[in-house]
Amino acid sequence: MEALIALSIGVLTGCGVYLALRARTFPVVLGLTLLSYAVNLFLFATGRLAIGQPPVIGGGSYTDPLPQALVLTAIVIGFAMTAFVIMLALRARAELGNDHVDGEHS
Amino acid sequence: MSRWRDEKASIFGDNSEMNLFLAVLMPFLGAVLVALASRRGRAFAAWCTGGVALLSLFLLLPAMAASFDGTTTIQRLTWIPAAGLDLAFRLDGLGLLFALLILGIGLLVILYAHYYLSAEDSLGRLYAYLLLFMGSMLGVVLSENLIQLLIFWELTSLSSFLLIAYWRKREAARRGARLALTITGAGGLALLAGFLLLGEMVGSYDLSVVLASGDIIRAHPLYVPTLVLILLGAFTKSAQFPFHFWLPHAMAAPTPVSAYLHSATMVKAGVFLLARLFPALSGTPEWTWLVGGVGVATLLVGAVVALFKHDLKGLLAYSTISHLGLITALFGIGTPLAAVAGVFHIINHAIFKAGLFMAAGIIDHECGTRDMRRINGMWHYMPHTAVLAMVASAAMAGVPLLNGFLSKEMFFAEAHAAAADWRVGIFLPAAVTVAGIFAVAYSLRFIHDVFFNGEPIDLPKTPHEPPRWMKVPVEIIVVLCVLVGIFPAQTVEPLLAVAASAVLQGPLPEHNLALWHGFNPALWMSVIALIGGVLLYLGRKPLFVLHDRLSGRLDARAIYEHGLRTIIDFARRVLMRLEAIGLQHQAAVLILAALILGSAGMLGAASPLTGSRSLLPVDGVSLLAVLTLIGATLAVTVLHRQRLTALIIVGAVGLIVALAFIKFSAPDLALTQLSVEVVTIVLLLLALYFLPPETPAESSKSRRWRDGTLAVLAGGGAAALAWAVLTRPANSIAGWFLDNSVTGGGGTNVVNVILVDFRGFDTFGEITVLAIAALGIFALLENLRLIAPRRDVAGRRWDSDVHPLIMATFARLLLPLALLVSVFIFVRGHNLPGGGFIAGLITAIALIMQYLANGVTWTHARLPAHTHPWIAAGLVIALLTGVASWLFGRPFLTSAFGHPSLPLIGELPLASAMAFDLGVYLVVVGATLLILINLGMAHSVSHEDEHAKEGPWKP
Repeated sequence: MEALIALSIGVLTGCGVYLALRARTFPVVLGLTLLSYAVNLFLFATGRLAIGQPPVIGGGSYTDPLPQALVLTAIVIGFAMTAFVIMLALRARAELGNDHVDGEHS
Repeated sequence: MSRWRDEKASIFGDNSEMNLFLAVLMPFLGAVLVALASRRGRAFAAWCTGGVALLSLFLLLPAMAASFDGTTTIQRLTWIPAAGLDLAFRLDGLGLLFALLILGIGLLVILYAHYYLSAEDSLGRLYAYLLLFMGSMLGVVLSENLIQLLIFWELTSLSSFLLIAYWRKREAARRGARLALTITGAGGLALLAGFLLLGEMVGSYDLSVVLASGDIIRAHPLYVPTLVLILLGAFTKSAQFPFHFWLPHAMAAPTPVSAYLHSATMVKAGVFLLARLFPALSGTPEWTWLVGGVGVATLLVGAVVALFKHDLKGLLAYSTISHLGLITALFGIGTPLAAVAGVFHIINHAIFKAGLFMAAGIIDHECGTRDMRRINGMWHYMPHTAVLAMVASAAMAGVPLLNGFLSKEMFFAEAHAAAADWRVGIFLPAAVTVAGIFAVAYSLRFIHDVFFNGEPIDLPKTPHEPPRWMKVPVEIIVVLCVLVGIFPAQTVEPLLAVAASAVLQGPLPEHNLALWHGFNPALWMSVIALIGGVLLYLGRKPLFVLHDRLSGRLDARAIYEHGLRTIIDFARRVLMRLEAIGLQHQAAVLILAALILGSAGMLGAASPLTGSRSLLPVDGVSLLAVLTLIGATLAVTVLHRQRLTALIIVGAVGLIVALAFIKFSAPDLALTQLSVEVVTIVLLLLALYFLPPETPAESSKSRRWRDGTLAVLAGGGAAALAWAVLTRPANSIAGWFLDNSVTGGGGTNVVNVILVDFRGFDTFGEITVLAIAALGIFALLENLRLIAPRRDVAGRRWDSDVHPLIMATFARLLLPLALLVSVFIFVRGHNLPGGGFIAGLITAIALIMQYLANGVTWTHARLPAHTHPWIAAGLVIALLTGVASWLFGRPFLTSAFGHPSLPLIGELPLASAMAFDLGVYLVVVGATLLILINLGMAHSVSHEDEHAKEGPWKP
């Protein structure tokens, strides 16, 4: 199972990096979204994988709650960041007339 | 945060023991008050400012009275116990002396500034900055903890920056402020390093410990680097050669500021530090040569340059540099008697120089210029001011019967005595006497050039005596000069004795503050200085010609500016090179660098990639899910040019990530991911409407290969790292959170308890970030004209049936249910998966549904358009919850909880953390709605435009 998760993180990172290197704003935003999935999964994975042990007292055995707390806020902040970047992209398109990341038509 | 629940100490401890803290805090609070109060008139602002200074003085009185008995008052408040740092304040004789100077001269300057500033300058701003400075400076001289001292030290640099740049429209003011900040700021960094070394040596940052550990420090192998670093801090602050050149340029500040900061108090911070650390650092040849050498050099350079300055304040600035050099030289000589003389000269110089600056300010104020070549014969225009300035100037020259004479003669005596011990022979007394001659000459020039020497030349204003109360501070100061000069033993001796014994941390040497000590070498040196100074002034003409010919050859500021320009040019060239390559290449360079650094770390490690942890078995469903995830992710990458398709697949990827969270025991994360996913997709769909529907194929083949290689390497690296982590046994601090969740936080959902209680401060920061992001987006959307397309990819018109009836009706029906769900999720959050973040997202989605289904017009009639107040309310509630725990003597954000029983509902788990969670909830709802509604409104505006242009749609 660990291998599958590691593989997922790898694929998400790789595709995220590839898209983040594109020349237009929208694919870059998609790439950043994939990267944030990868980062969140990785941070979550630092608490190791456990099945059926949610950190709610009363169950007997629990997985590590701390990475979960960190990732929870990271997800919300990630949304705010995505929103900010996409607005920046919209603003750039309105001001410059194109959606190239450097604001120029090749 | 309940981690500190066991700590007994709280910042609301015994109130009688925090008056030092309050005295330092008062000016900071007062600064805000005065900035607000200044709207009610200038006089009111002046009274407020003076009141604040008096209040601080009043708060210090008990400790001041105690220090006369030789008692050192030390007060502590817990600050960062984990790092062993306390807010610790101390008041001993030296602190007493400086506190008196800061507050006493501060009061005079406040009165003076009221008359000095013209009506169009904001007096409130000046007073607010002055109070900021006053608080910082009090913090420096009353700190027991060295790190805390350094923080206040830097605050004085910052407030000095603000004060020098007070007339911010003037180029000279801005440049002078920047110069002063750069030099003193750099010195502050060196000082920090020095303090850290000092703390390491003695094992404590407490001054009491440091002062008692002089032998350990001097014997330590790191003594010399520590000494040099600390001296760099002190010398830059006290404008010692070769760092002296910032002070003359700081004269661009309003004259009350120059009188206060740049002669009486802030520039004394450096010599204060020398005095403060005297028992810990002095007594070595390194100390003597560095401190004594720099002091004597500064003394000479300052005195010589001062004579040739035509600017009134320029002359006073260089003379200040010279006198600071004198004090430094005294501490450098290092004998107990020299230290006493140093402390004495700190007092005397602060008094007469503040008076001189105020007099210079009056002259500038009345004449409209400070050029001594034009200001002449003021004796006829302002005889009263002339007398005051002449007395203060004579004190500066060291004329008998005035205070400057006494400490200067002590200095001469010490220099003469030291010559016998040092192998410098006659050099030291000779240098000191030469400096004395120049001091007399420039003081004489100040008197003769300004008040006599013919008639004024082409002044912008016709001078006359200033307002009555503008002269009062100068009069007080001049009276002090005379009183101390004639009756030293009756006036200044008690203060000098406690201050000097605090410097020495030991018994006071035999000293005799008297006018007449008989015919000794010091007297002859004084006589030579006085006669030589007069002769030098009489024969000044050829010297001025020589100076004009040489001037500009060696300008410290020019060297400094050249160095600065070189650095900035270099940085600009590097930046240009990096920026010219475009964002794509920059990102590629960044990823490549991360890859190289990451693999260097991984490849160099001795341990194997795979750890020893036993692994979980693979089941069919998980395998299918992971394969779907990988397939979808690859599909996004391959299909990314068709934006809508790619976006929908990204949504699917997010859903599978949420499933992974459920599978691996993270229900809270799954709920959050699920709701964030919905909001993100709605947002990106809205944004996509304004962007081209397809990405043009413009990447070259080589570019795609390069990016692909980077992507594969990065993905491989991330996978290997994840694998290495996942296969290793966990060594986590989770146990503590699990054990204390119920007893310490009153909730069984540990994730939520961590968020709202244990790590509540982090969460508070995070919702603040969220609020800032939302406001930033709001600002980005301001006045944004978006290009809305009229047709979709296939060339079809967008559907005009925007709000289908069935969807609209069901969305309205669903709203109360959805809100109920979010309330449920919120309330149960402390004990079961849920909480403020998730409930907030659910509420936001429920409300956005109404916008989507019913349209902006319909929804706007029922919901407020701006959700800023919600965000503000959320932040305030979260903050107040945290602050409330102070009232119970607990650290910030400690939660209280109970389980009250309510009729019908039964037992209700309640914790004060729920109020905090409510704040989180409001910020999340407010921020999410603010972002989406505002983008959606741009959307609807473009729709209306379209209808107006094309008319109603006909199939």
